[in-house]
Amino acid sequence: MKSLDDLKKIRDAAQSKVTMRGKNDGMRVLVGMATCGISAGARPVMNKFVEMIAENKIEKVTVTPVGCIGECAIEPIVEVLQGEERTTYCRVDEEVAERIVNEHIIGGKVVLDYVIGKYRL
Amino acid sequence: MNELSLHILDVCENSIKADANLIEIIVTENIKDNLFKIDIIDNGHGMSELTLSEVSDPFFTTRTTRNVGLGLSLFKMAAEMTDGNMVISSKINEGTTVSTIFDHNHIDRAPLGDIEDTIIILVLNEKDIDIYYKHTYNNEVYVFDTREVKKVLEGIPFTDYTVIEWIKNNIKEGIKTILKEESR
Repeated sequence: MKSLDDLKKIRDAAQSKVTMRGKNDGMRVLVGMATCGISAGARPVMNKFVEMIAENKIEKVTVTPVGCIGECAIEPIVEVLQGEERTTYCRVDEEVAERIVNEHIIGGKVVLDYVIGKYRL
Repeated sequence: MNELSLHILDVCENSIKADANLIEIIVTENIKDNLFKIDIIDNGHGMSELTLSEVSDPFFTTRTTRNVGLGLSLFKMAAEMTDGNMVISSKINEGTTVSTIFDHNHIDRAPLGDIEDTIIILVLNEKDIDIYYKHTYNNEVYVFDTREVKKVLEGIPFTDYTVIEWIKNNIKEGIKTILKEESR
């Protein structure tokens, strides 16, 4: 079992890092996590973001669960915020999450196939 | 929702909205009594008696974006499907408790599922809330408490991904261990 001693090692390693992630520093990924989002599959999507950002060692990106933004029919909804720029993605699954990380967060190019305008009702 | 841990996540989002800073999630499994119980206890701002009486009605919600709220109703249905039930108690300024009981061996009882994923999402919430998770399987007990983790971390944020990984593994293996110990 992963013990508290392991956690202490993690702490010491983290303390030696020069840069620390600030809360509102850099890019933010918001995942809708209300009833509508959860039942549409937001939890594995959020975990995919967390995993991929860890795997790729991307600094200055925070992933945060948020409430319902009112478009329950097109959940899971993910918003990527960078400065003044806000991109809203809808019907995101793990595959799309992977694309958003690779193409948008790393590559800097919006994944047009899943931006909210595609699903205007 | 096909996992009970998804319902737990959903109910805990209510607690977060109610400005709770401690959420206790107590899962109790007792095979002899055929019992599967989930208690979610928060110290948020609570509900009035009127709100409490309406809260598991699917057409009641506090949000303003639309006029249905399905979270608690779905959880209640999941319990009633297994001949179980849900009891909600709440006091203004003290907090709310949601207790759900399931028949352990009922064919319609959903599995608990990936509770560690639920807890990770709660931990990553912007509001600084503590999570206490206690899982009892017959006589074996596993406890996870973010307050203890914080003590060790000395200010390193939970958003550090190595920390997240540690938490995930700790919970996953912790539960696996109590299930294994029992079956010996």
